[in-house]
Amino acid sequence: MDDNRRDFLRKAGGAAIGLGLGFPLLRGLATASEPGHGIEAAESTQWAMLVDTRKCLDEKVRDACIEACVRAHNVPVISDPEEEVKWIWTEKYEHTFPERVHDRANESLRKRPVLVLCNHCSSPPCVRVCPTQATWKREGDGLVMMDMHRCIGCRYCMAACPYGARSFNWKDPRPYIKNKPLSAFPTRSMGVVEKCDFCAELLRKGLQPACVEAANKIPGKEGALVFGDLSDPRSDLSVMLKRNHTIVRKASLGTGPNVYYII
Amino acid sequence: MSDKGKIFLGVLLLIVVVGVPLWFALPGDSGPAPELEYPEGESQCVEHKEYMTAFHMDLLDEWRDEVVREGKTEYTSKAYGRTYEMSLTGTCMKCHQKRDTFCNRCHDYADVYPYCWDCHLEPGEL
Amino acid sequence: MLENAFRGSRKYWALMGFWVVVIAAGMAAYGLQLTQGLTVTGMSRDVSWGLYIAQFTFLVGVAASAVMVVLPYYLHNYKAFGRMVILGEFLAVSAVIMCMLFVFVDMGQPRRVANVILHPTPNSVMFWDFMVLIVYLLLNLVIGLVTFDAERKGAPPPRWIKPVIYLSIPWAVSIHTVTAFLYSGLASRAFWLTAILAPRFIASAFASGPSLLIILALILRKFTKFDVGKDAIQKLGMIVTYAMLINVFFVLVELFTALYSNMPHHLHAFEYLAVGLHGKAGLVPWMRVSWLLTIVAVALLVFPKVRRREGVLAVLCVMVIAGIWIEKGMGLVVTGFIPSPLGHITEYSPTGPEVLITLGVYGVGFLFLTALYKIVINVRERTEQIIG
Repeated sequence: MDDNRRDFLRKAGGAAIGLGLGFPLLRGLATASEPGHGIEAAESTQWAMLVDTRKCLDEKVRDACIEACVRAHNVPVISDPEEEVKWIWTEKYEHTFPERVHDRANESLRKRPVLVLCNHCSSPPCVRVCPTQATWKREGDGLVMMDMHRCIGCRYCMAACPYGARSFNWKDPRPYIKNKPLSAFPTRSMGVVEKCDFCAELLRKGLQPACVEAANKIPGKEGALVFGDLSDPRSDLSVMLKRNHTIVRKASLGTGPNVYYII
Repeated sequence: MSDKGKIFLGVLLLIVVVGVPLWFALPGDSGPAPELEYPEGESQCVEHKEYMTAFHMDLLDEWRDEVVREGKTEYTSKAYGRTYEMSLTGTCMKCHQKRDTFCNRCHDYADVYPYCWDCHLEPGEL
Repeated sequence: MLENAFRGSRKYWALMGFWVVVIAAGMAAYGLQLTQGLTVTGMSRDVSWGLYIAQFTFLVGVAASAVMVVLPYYLHNYKAFGRMVILGEFLAVSAVIMCMLFVFVDMGQPRRVANVILHPTPNSVMFWDFMVLIVYLLLNLVIGLVTFDAERKGAPPPRWIKPVIYLSIPWAVSIHTVTAFLYSGLASRAFWLTAILAPRFIASAFASGPSLLIILALILRKFTKFDVGKDAIQKLGMIVTYAMLINVFFVLVELFTALYSNMPHHLHAFEYLAVGLHGKAGLVPWMRVSWLLTIVAVALLVFPKVRRREGVLAVLCVMVIAGIWIEKGMGLVVTGFIPSPLGHITEYSPTGPEVLITLGVYGVGFLFLTALYKIVINVRERTEQIIG
């Protein structure tokens, strides 16, 4: 009697493990071997942004950009800095470019406000670590995207991002969405990570990202943010990059950020 | 075999527990069928009604992958050949408007709770 | 054989009942976390991993340390470990279960955990961690149950178990190396980006795991008739000593690189731990306690005369575990996030619900451990009765 029961348990256990792990793994490996699942973008479009910090010294410009982003994506406004969600915001130069600041650095440069956001890196560490490909680098346009349905909320991407660009929804964000009316962009549920997506939903319609639009609307500040296709040598962005001295954040890390700054 | 009594009681208990809901449903009235409110002026959905009833979740899943993961926008209906923008809020809800008068009717009846509305919005909320 | 877990005295059931109470409290707190979100914890945008992942990291080490008894016994026929091996394997099982649970309670969307299997991502170290942990759990369960069952019958184990046992040895090292790789490949976190992290993990694992095993063996000897024997305990004590010496050496080596190079990038984290950074010094008292415990424990453990006094050895083992638990748990995980990528310092301390959930998970682990050890004790007592 004893052995039959043990036999049964052993076989049942084996079957459960085999089915439980085997089928999904096989299915997953089959889809993973399909083309279009690489983490590095092919040589198609690579959207990128240029931030002219000189034009962003005026608080009006930065506020307009941030406000436009918050409106366009129903970003919750959470006052607790430990739980805040932000896609684009202002940091001081000394925090944005720590490797460029020295003991005798000019105070006004140190404290210069700089707009920071996800850099949509060419070699994104967040994509490399995500266990479910909930964040991945889209092949057609080079955007580092978020799939809110797939994210398991492990926050590994947040640990991996060298720029602090990602926010987690520690609680339900709905009560904190202040903009009325709401935009049609889906809000997020609690337990998922979010970040700037270069307004993929606007790019799809041939429009510019919300922050770029907002900056361009301010008289005298057109070109504070320039957005374009890096792989097109004739785009405004590529031309500006050729003409100006630009820097990126933490270049030595090898992430290949695609947000450039004119200081 | 002194456990015979316990086994018998256990089986009886199982029959009772499993049978109770069936017993209550016997009178024949399975409750009112869900009544869906259809949008005025529209005669057809993205696909056939029968297809949508059975597969709307798969369609939405497919749309999600196409929009978010592949960056595509347009969907061509297999039944009618028309093209639609793949969007729950922008296309589906443009006609169906509110989940209370449509989606929830069947979902409540079938006791399913899809979490679409944790994130996605109705036109009325915008 | 498994039914032995249901055969016990009042004390056994009282202990199991206690674990159930702890688990229930943890589950209640977890219910709160499920409904309100991870806001109930002390984690933040800057410090996005905390107590849960700290426990996970510590316990993977404990799980891996089973190899420290398996290797001498099966590979080198060190007979003194004869009774210790099963304790080590079952401890590994219990530790891996806790590891997996800690990852689970840390997830923001736990209902989607299957996504890791449905969308395998070979470039993600976390994907591999999931996989190696599941396999390691199965390995130890199978090895433990099969070998113990064979012993119970007084027969040699089936031949196919030998290669499985041999596999479990490098596998144990791999689970902890993979866990270290979770941290040591991130360019964003200077404190973790060090090649010596994996060796450090292994060394501290081989100190903390066997220490726990010694304490468990001594508890078993005190409360049951199960005695692993003085030799086994002394050998393990020696292993703990060497592992601790290597662990301390590794820490000093790290300190040298940071201090001698004088690079702020590398120094910041150690500064935060030792004296605080920009006025924030939350972890300083913890680290001081950890280093004190470690130094005193190591200083005493090196003397065989001290180790031979089992009461003292037990105390020293507790100190070793506490020291490593602090250093590897909070000291490693939280400090990696300080300062943040933007140079800000956000401190972390766990909240009540977070602690309750943590205790609940430990309750589950100890529930399994108690049941598994009970099987061992019961079977041993009966076979010993038969032999006389």
